[in-house]
Order: sequence, then C-alpha cells, then structure tokens
Amino acid sequence: MPAGTEAAFSMRGTLLRKNLMTALLLAPATLWLVVFLVLPFIAIAIFSVGERAPEGGYQAALTLAQYANLPARATAFWNTMVLAPVGAFACLLVAYPVAYYLALRAPERWRLILLALVVIPFWTSLLMRTYAWMYVLGGRGIPALLAYVGIEDVRLINTPGAVLLGIVYGYLPLMILPIYVSLERLDRRLLEASADLGATPLSTFFGVTLRLSLPGVMTGFSLVMILLLGEYLIPTLLGGGKVFFIGNALVDLFLQSRNWPFGSAIAITLVLVSVVVLIAANRISARLSGARRVDLI
Amino acid sequence: MSKSYRDGLPISPEKFVDQLMRLKRGSIGRREFLGLTGLGVATAVMARELGIMPTPAYAAENLGDRMSIATWPNYHDPATFESFKAETGVAVEVNVFGSNEEMLAKLQAGASGWSLFVPTNYTISTYKKLGIIEALDMAKLGNFDGTQEDPRFTSEGTIDGTIYAVPKNWGTTGFSVNTKKLTKPMSSWKEFWDTAMAEGDGRTMVHDYQLTTIGNALKYYGYSFNSLKQDELAKAEELLLKVKPHLFAVSSDYQPSMRAGDAWMTMCWTNDGAQLNRDIPEIAYVLGKEGGEIWTDFYAIPKDAPNKPAGYALLNYLMNPKVAVKEHLANGAPSIDARVNALLPKEVLDNPILYPAADLLKPLEFGAAATLTDPGRAELMARFKSA
Repeated sequence: MPAGTEAAFSMRGTLLRKNLMTALLLAPATLWLVVFLVLPFIAIAIFSVGERAPEGGYQAALTLAQYANLPARATAFWNTMVLAPVGAFACLLVAYPVAYYLALRAPERWRLILLALVVIPFWTSLLMRTYAWMYVLGGRGIPALLAYVGIEDVRLINTPGAVLLGIVYGYLPLMILPIYVSLERLDRRLLEASADLGATPLSTFFGVTLRLSLPGVMTGFSLVMILLLGEYLIPTLLGGGKVFFIGNALVDLFLQSRNWPFGSAIAITLVLVSVVVLIAANRISARLSGARRVDLI
Repeated sequence: MSKSYRDGLPISPEKFVDQLMRLKRGSIGRREFLGLTGLGVATAVMARELGIMPTPAYAAENLGDRMSIATWPNYHDPATFESFKAETGVAVEVNVFGSNEEMLAKLQAGASGWSLFVPTNYTISTYKKLGIIEALDMAKLGNFDGTQEDPRFTSEGTIDGTIYAVPKNWGTTGFSVNTKKLTKPMSSWKEFWDTAMAEGDGRTMVHDYQLTTIGNALKYYGYSFNSLKQDELAKAEELLLKVKPHLFAVSSDYQPSMRAGDAWMTMCWTNDGAQLNRDIPEIAYVLGKEGGEIWTDFYAIPKDAPNKPAGYALLNYLMNPKVAVKEHLANGAPSIDARVNALLPKEVLDNPILYPAADLLKPLEFGAAATLTDPGRAELMARFKSA
C-alpha cells in the first residue's frame, strides 16, 4: 500500500510538472493570440456599437445602428460571397492536376525541385506579383504582342477574367500543398487493387484517388475561401476598383469616409461569416473522411 | 579531371578550410578576413543604413538619418530627395496617397510616422480643428518668403494669423485625352461624361476621390463643384451610376494606364496632365468650360511627427527657389512663388496646361472644407463604387 501511494504521489507530481510545462510552452502562442487577435477583436467590437464622429473616426455610443445599416453594403457582401467560392473553385481546377502530378507522377528526384518551384513565388509579396500581372496584361504586355500580329485594341486588364487570373495565380500554392499532402500519403496498393479488380483508370481516379484526397481538397478550399473573403488588393489592381468587395468596403470605410463604427460592424460580420464557413468546411471534411473509413473497411 | 563547378565560386570549401587554418595560425590579413567573411561589406552597409557612423551634421540640430513624407503619385523629382540626403544624411521615405481623405484617416488613427506631408488647401482648417498639425515655426524656414506669393493661393494655409502650412504649388483638375484614340475635340465635362459612355466605353478613368469624381459629375449639370444639396447630389449620383458600367477603372493613379494605352481618357490633375503631355504629345489636357476645381497643395508638419527637425529641414530645403524650380520642371505643376517663376524657362511659363487662359480659370472653384467631412458625399461615393 504505502508503495502504491508513493507512486500515485509521484505520478501526480509528474502530471503537475507536465501541465506546468505545457502551460509554459503554450505561453508565447497564447500571448500572441491575446495581443494580436483577442484585444483587437474586442476593440473592433466596441467600435462597432459606436458612432461616427463629426469629422470622421469613432465616437463612443451604444447603438446597433451600424448593424442595421449593413444592407447598405449588400452588394459588397454579395460580390464577396460569389467571388470567394468561384475563386476557390477556379484555384482547385488548376491546382488538382498539378498536385496530382507532383504526388503521383513526377519522378522522385524532380519532386522536391518542382515542389520548391510551387512554393518559391509565395515568398515574394503578393503586391509585387500582382503588379507584375498589371504589366503583363496591360497595354505594354500581351496586348502589345497582339497588336504586333495585327490584333488591335485588345483590353485584358481591369476585366473579371483578369481578377480571376490574379486570384488563381496568387492563391495557387495554398491549394496545391494540402492536396499534394493528401495524395502523397495515398496507399498506392489501393490503386493497384482497384486496377486488379477491373476498374478503368477513370473510375479508379474518381472512386479511389479523388475520394481519398477530399480532405486535402476541403482544407485547400476553405483556406483559399477564407482568405478570399477579405481580398481587396487583386480586384483593385487587376479589376480597376470597379467591383466592390467587403475588403474594398472596409478599406473605404476606414480610409476614405472614415466611418470606423460602420467599418467595424462590417468587419465583425465578416469574421462571423468566416467562422461559419470554417465550421461548415470542417463538418463536410469530417463527414467525407468518415465515409472514407467505412469504404476502407 | 574535369573542371569542378565550384571553381568559379568565390571560395571553395577546401580553400575556406585552408584560409581558416591560416587564420588560426594568425597569418591572415584583416582585409582578407573581412572580405572572406563578408563582414567588411556588412559593416559598410550597416554604417550607412543604420547610422552607426555619424552622418554629416546639418546646421546645429541632430536630424537623425531618416524621415518619411506623405505625398501624391508622380509628385516630386526623385533627385530632390537624393540631393537632400547627400547634403544632410537624411534618407527620405516617400508614402504615396490617392486622396486627402486617406491622409486624414492615417493622421486621425495616430502615429502616421510622417515628418512632412502634402495636404490640399480645403483640408487644412479640419486638420487645425482636430489639432493634428503643427503651427509652423517660421524661424526654421528661412527660405520661405510669403511676400513673393499670390495670396489667392496661399490664404488657406494661414488660420487666425498663424501659418499652419506653406504652399508647394497650385493646379487645376481637368481631364486628359488620348487624341489619337478619341479624335473628337472636347472642351467640357458634359463631353467627358458623354464620351465615357460612347467612344470612350471601357477606356475612361475617374478618380478614387469623392471631391473630384462627384464634383465633376455635378459640373455636368452646371451645379457647384462643392454642392452639398440633396437634389443636386442625387442628380450627380444618377449620372455616376449610369457611367459606372462603362468605366475602365476607378483609380487616382492613372498615369500608368494612360501611358500604356489601356485608358484613353481620365480625370487628371495639372501636374499629371503636363507630365503625360510632355512625354506623349497626343495626350491633351482639357479644362471643362463649365468649371471644376482649382487647388493649392501645401506642406504641413503633423503634431506627432517622429522627426520634426528633419521635417523642417526638408521643408526649408524645398522652399529654396533653386530646389523648387527643379521640382516644378519634373512635376509640371505651376508655382506660386515669384522667385521660382523667375527661374522657370519661358516655354514652361507659356505652356497652356500649366498656366491656362484667364477665362478658363475664372469658373474654377477651390474645394470647400465641408466636402471633406460630409458623410453624405462619402456614402454617395461608396454607393457609386459598390454599384
């Protein structure tokens, strides 16, 4: 008995030490989260129930008028709700074949190099890369080449196509990498089994490969979608600032009309929408991977 | 044996170990060591960039080694800041803005980091009221001479007898047209808007700036550029919404698109109009005969400027007519200072873009302080942009 008690005590000591250790290890991250996420969020929440000061800015108040005014930016919300999934889907269409090639088809010794080529552009600022597209699509880029072969006055910049191109280009690595990871872990024996059992390559792809990579697809999709919910740079630079997204509405409210409370109310709403999207994506992803387990047994 | 790919590199691993051993024996030269390790370059760069080594002193005050200015796109001769750095050791970081509203927003949010900025006439009273700009210490601005300036352009920098801002230059807001693409001669805002919906479809730009975009839409109907009247603004909004689908872009940085030939027509400030016309003669500058905006841009120092001594030093430097004349030649906007005008070449003074005929200037209006802070105009602009 005494020996057992001793063991229990020492176990409790270890546990305490372990908890303390965990707390210490998590402290920097917690501090980061509190200072850069929780506190600003609280500030924005307080702003959102205030009033615009006469000269612009924030004036203390307790009103829900800003939230009642949300319909005034309905177009921006609507445009964003269209842009985010459409942009993420366009990204997916380009990213999947690339990830598939990288994970399953690329020669072993090239794989790391190709992967690096996907990631390296990501190290440069998105602003710089988008400016580069402005020149490629602008009058001195592709249209100048077209004019050289006799096709005059083609306008590529400031079109919806240019915006979509910029988005696919800008967010591609974020979509490729999660899909690559899920495909890379794929058990090749399953592909062989599928072939042995008489499935065509196409039905193997849809029945096995695609299904098993769906969690990666969902991760990439929700990652890109959440970032697109706050996008404003690409539509401004490649779309000419003609189509207004929530990101643009926020920039405008904080930097032009200086209506901080209304801007804050929109920001809070945007955060809530993002959370909903994230939860939905998680649910779908969980269900899909659950289905996978059943399939595998 | 074949040549190793390492041969061309600055140092091979073998050679490095060799050098290291020599270093351990104490036989490496200091210069060689610094060169090998890159420490020499690093020290030189750090000394220059981080101010470890003392920079040449300027007057009696310590100016530090860097400052930041907030200004407009294509607004300065970059050589000005280079020569200021050569003379004082202060590197100038340039922040570019598209509207006065944006500048105000940054200053209101606090800690803008600017030691000098370039507000337009109609904003200065608001800045003073909000207490975010300095009453200028004129003793530090020996190069400024108010008696040489036309008070028509300078009055808004002085409030209750105190000088808060000194002028950089004046100008107008008209529009630029690529006459090779849009051949019909134009002379009014009515033609600007009508052309935007016809021959200029998909090729016209308006400012991302409520003052000028709303103001010039108001001019279509002959209303005041500064109107705050509900019914007149409603008419302007109706026009803007009608034009919106035909626009190339809503942006205040229109020079790149005009130069590349993507845009054929844009709302335009004098200085940009002069630069575009100087480099591409077929891009003409037009003042609407109905009127529009006339403006003066000033220099002011924010109250929370992190480096006021450098802000004053740069401001004084820019007030030197010999420096200012180079700025005007590069920037293209007309000067207010008689001493600068005396130094400008005749072809500049005769340029109708810079110094338009008196009858074109007559109907122009200075922006009104109320339009800057009016929430109605801000919302109208947002509705236009989000339509």
